[in-house]
Amino acid sequence: MKAVVTVMLKQGVLDPQGEAVKSALGSMGFDGVGGVRQGKVIELDLADGTTEAQVTEMCEKLLANTVIESYRVEMGA
Amino acid sequence: MKAAVLQFPGSNCDRDMVEGFRKAGFAASQVWHKETTLPDGIDVVGVPGGFSYGDYLRCGAIAAQSPIMRAVADFAAKGGHVLGVCNGFQVLCETRLLPGVLMRNAGLKFVCRAEPLAVATTDSPFTNGYGADQTVSVPIAHHDGNYQIDDEGLAALKAEDRIAFTYQDNPNGSRADIAGVLSENRRVLGMMPHPERAVEETQGGTDGAPLFAALAGALVAA
Repeated sequence: MKAVVTVMLKQGVLDPQGEAVKSALGSMGFDGVGGVRQGKVIELDLADGTTEAQVTEMCEKLLANTVIESYRVEMGA
Repeated sequence: MKAAVLQFPGSNCDRDMVEGFRKAGFAASQVWHKETTLPDGIDVVGVPGGFSYGDYLRCGAIAAQSPIMRAVADFAAKGGHVLGVCNGFQVLCETRLLPGVLMRNAGLKFVCRAEPLAVATTDSPFTNGYGADQTVSVPIAHHDGNYQIDDEGLAALKAEDRIAFTYQDNPNGSRADIAGVLSENRRVLGMMPHPERAVEETQGGTDGAPLFAALAGALVAA
């Protein structure tokens, strides 16, 4: 089974990379991009029966730094 | 006096840190990250700069989970002295031995140069060899040195006089120009600039040497 973890910087935390992408889009002529936030997607290939609680624990202990990052877990088939 | 300097895959300032300790009179050895205990009789642990585990996931995040860091956390909990420099600072923040987090530099560029720092407190075993508000020149070399902490954390650092060094010309966007912070018991120091790269004249300056000397003095007195 698979799980997909999406890690994003929390709202209000300065995202220098997102700001750089936003600036690049503006200079390419794409108007109306009000904000860009950059994060990461982590795909986990898991033993059957792994619970969402276990994946959450992985997020809390390693995959996200909860001081600055939020995460979202999607359990797949 | 004995110092142990950790070695992770990707550490590259470990031998410089060993030399920094040795010049100040320490017997210094290197300890591989897979070890589960520190050598007997260690007085101080050095967590060196570099790119542990390629900075994958987040700088210092994977190193923070290595077996030796559990021993370092125990050592710190018992009042041991720990010095984390650059990637070592990131590792100490990821283990929560120090508050805050190091993010990508605000200018998005790797910065590598000698940087003027202000000694923000002389009340620590690392900084009592400097004068109050003394300016020192210490090299920086990092891509993720942008220190961030929430309002409450920053207020605590200020109220408890735990900001060790500040940048005079902020190179990375760090909150309140912070270049280094101390733990609550003042025995753990994390800093982005590299004092071990400024301990002898051939390196272009010796402003880092008083830090190692002060630590030696504090440990002899203890």
